[in-house]
Amino acid sequence: MSNNNKHELLSKIWSDFSENKLAVGALFFFIIILFVAIFASVISPTDPYDLSTVTIMNSRLAPMEEDFSGNVYWLGTDGAGRDMLSAIFYGLRISLSVGVLSGIFALIVGAFFGISAAYFGGRYESLIMRIVDIQLSFPSILVALIILAAFGKGVEKTILALVLVQWAYYARTARASALVESRKEYVDAARCLSLGNLRIMLSHILPNCIPPLIVVATLQTAHAISLEATLSFLGLGLPQTEPSLGLLIGNGFEYVHTGDYWISIFPGIALLFTIVSINLVGDQLRDMFNPRLKK
Amino acid sequence: MTAFILQRSTQSIVVLFVMSLIVFCGVNLIGDPIYMMISPESTQAEIERTIKEFGLDKPVLEQYWYFLKNVLNGDFGLSFVQGIPALSLILERFPATIELALFSLFISLVFALPLGIYAGLKPDRKISKFIMAGSILGFSMPTFWVGIMLIMLFAVHLGWLPSTGRGELGTFLGIESSLFTLDGLSHIFLPALNLALFKLSSVLRLTRAGTREVALQDYIKFARAKGLSESRVVNVHLLKNILIPVVTVIGLEFGSLVAFSTVTETVFAWPGAGKLIIDAVYNLDRPVIVAYLIIIVAFFVFLNLIVDILYSFLDPRVRIKGSD
Repeated sequence: MSNNNKHELLSKIWSDFSENKLAVGALFFFIIILFVAIFASVISPTDPYDLSTVTIMNSRLAPMEEDFSGNVYWLGTDGAGRDMLSAIFYGLRISLSVGVLSGIFALIVGAFFGISAAYFGGRYESLIMRIVDIQLSFPSILVALIILAAFGKGVEKTILALVLVQWAYYARTARASALVESRKEYVDAARCLSLGNLRIMLSHILPNCIPPLIVVATLQTAHAISLEATLSFLGLGLPQTEPSLGLLIGNGFEYVHTGDYWISIFPGIALLFTIVSINLVGDQLRDMFNPRLKK
Repeated sequence: MTAFILQRSTQSIVVLFVMSLIVFCGVNLIGDPIYMMISPESTQAEIERTIKEFGLDKPVLEQYWYFLKNVLNGDFGLSFVQGIPALSLILERFPATIELALFSLFISLVFALPLGIYAGLKPDRKISKFIMAGSILGFSMPTFWVGIMLIMLFAVHLGWLPSTGRGELGTFLGIESSLFTLDGLSHIFLPALNLALFKLSSVLRLTRAGTREVALQDYIKFARAKGLSESRVVNVHLLKNILIPVVTVIGLEFGSLVAFSTVTETVFAWPGAGKLIIDAVYNLDRPVIVAYLIIIVAFFVFLNLIVDILYSFLDPRVRIKGSD
């Protein structure tokens, strides 16, 4: 594809996408969130996990309240005296990295099994798709619960659980589009050149299955972030040393009955905005790539 | 048909077996539960005696073999923490979970069906767009956080409803439930609403999609052409047809409500099976963890089997597709 063509394609995609103003706003908002997460350590007013600056004297300050040295805490502090705003910035980073990382692994695993199932067919395909069907008949929270209750909590185990929850969606999508693609002439042509199976799958079929996979990836990443927060809140997901948004909300839950609303409300709003913005972008992408809705 | 049922039943048994193996081996890899059961001052000899007593010194596979034999006899072992059979502990908690899930299902259907039909019949109205935007918000909101917000608003700030526990139980037609007393209703309302919000959006979207499809069919046009009133067209001709997909997913929706009640039960301290498993994980109470996971997997496998069979009755194409 020449450079010019690529440029044209990109501007076509953008003009389709920008038909929905809400989705553009959501994308813009998500980029800000991503920026905050990546540069959390630079833009946070304080380092919430630096024990030399955090003091219990400042615990549970209400939003906009000042401590003894006159520092203002915009969103208040939590039970240990940490600045909520900084804790949320750092939490966003952890939540997003776990969500995105698990999404990437699940995409790789799912696309591999989905495309190879469509390519080889036969018993192998039936077996893979039966496993996918069985897994999709269980709610995601149950699959994650089984893994984490049985194997214990931790970062790798949480990611493993999220990958196991998601891979089946990717596999189903990849197989559906790979089935269509593998019947096309260019695949026959590649076979006639006696290219290896792996090469045909990777460099010929896979690139043509990307659009539907991207749609699934956006929606699944939002789902993974939400699920991680839920699991961490339940005490099954990430350990206390990796304070994601779910753990922050869980810590705030202890103070619900004393009326210290800010400790659990603000991390929740950050989580909600992240998930909603990803979902809105994903919704628009799905409509764009759905041929039935093409005008 | 018999072949289909037989094939699906075999598959269910295989799934159950694999799950029991994963769950049992997984649970046996974590922490050492022995320290949960004995006092910190106990001697080495006492520790070894307890290990022997619970069979924790045997190889994992041998433990699994004994476990499988016991499970088939309905014996999951005693809870390490409470000392009573794990199975009875779970079965005693299940009614509270089922009650919560059923009431939530009821709430979500009461709201989702009318709103979904409205949004499907008048897709271009402002209200419909508002409903659909709300449904995106609805499935984006993490259940546990919504639960905390409900507690803050209705229990702490306004003080209208209690936020923890299950209320007084009443008995009606031999069924014991908190739905039959005022105190019980006030306790179940918030958790059920919390759990319902999670399902409301998806049922609403399904109803809307069904309505949009059915509203274009000839029999609806014919019903209108006959001069039937709008309410009759909607309530009889339309509703009957959109209920087919809705009813078939209700089985699965109910299952996922039971699974998600783990979250709601933890937030509202609802004494159901979901709260029990979270507590068991905290305490490393292995028999309870294993028993819960196996029972809940069996529950789902059974539920899916029934839904599959029912579905194949309603739609013969599934049978043909499933048997190749």
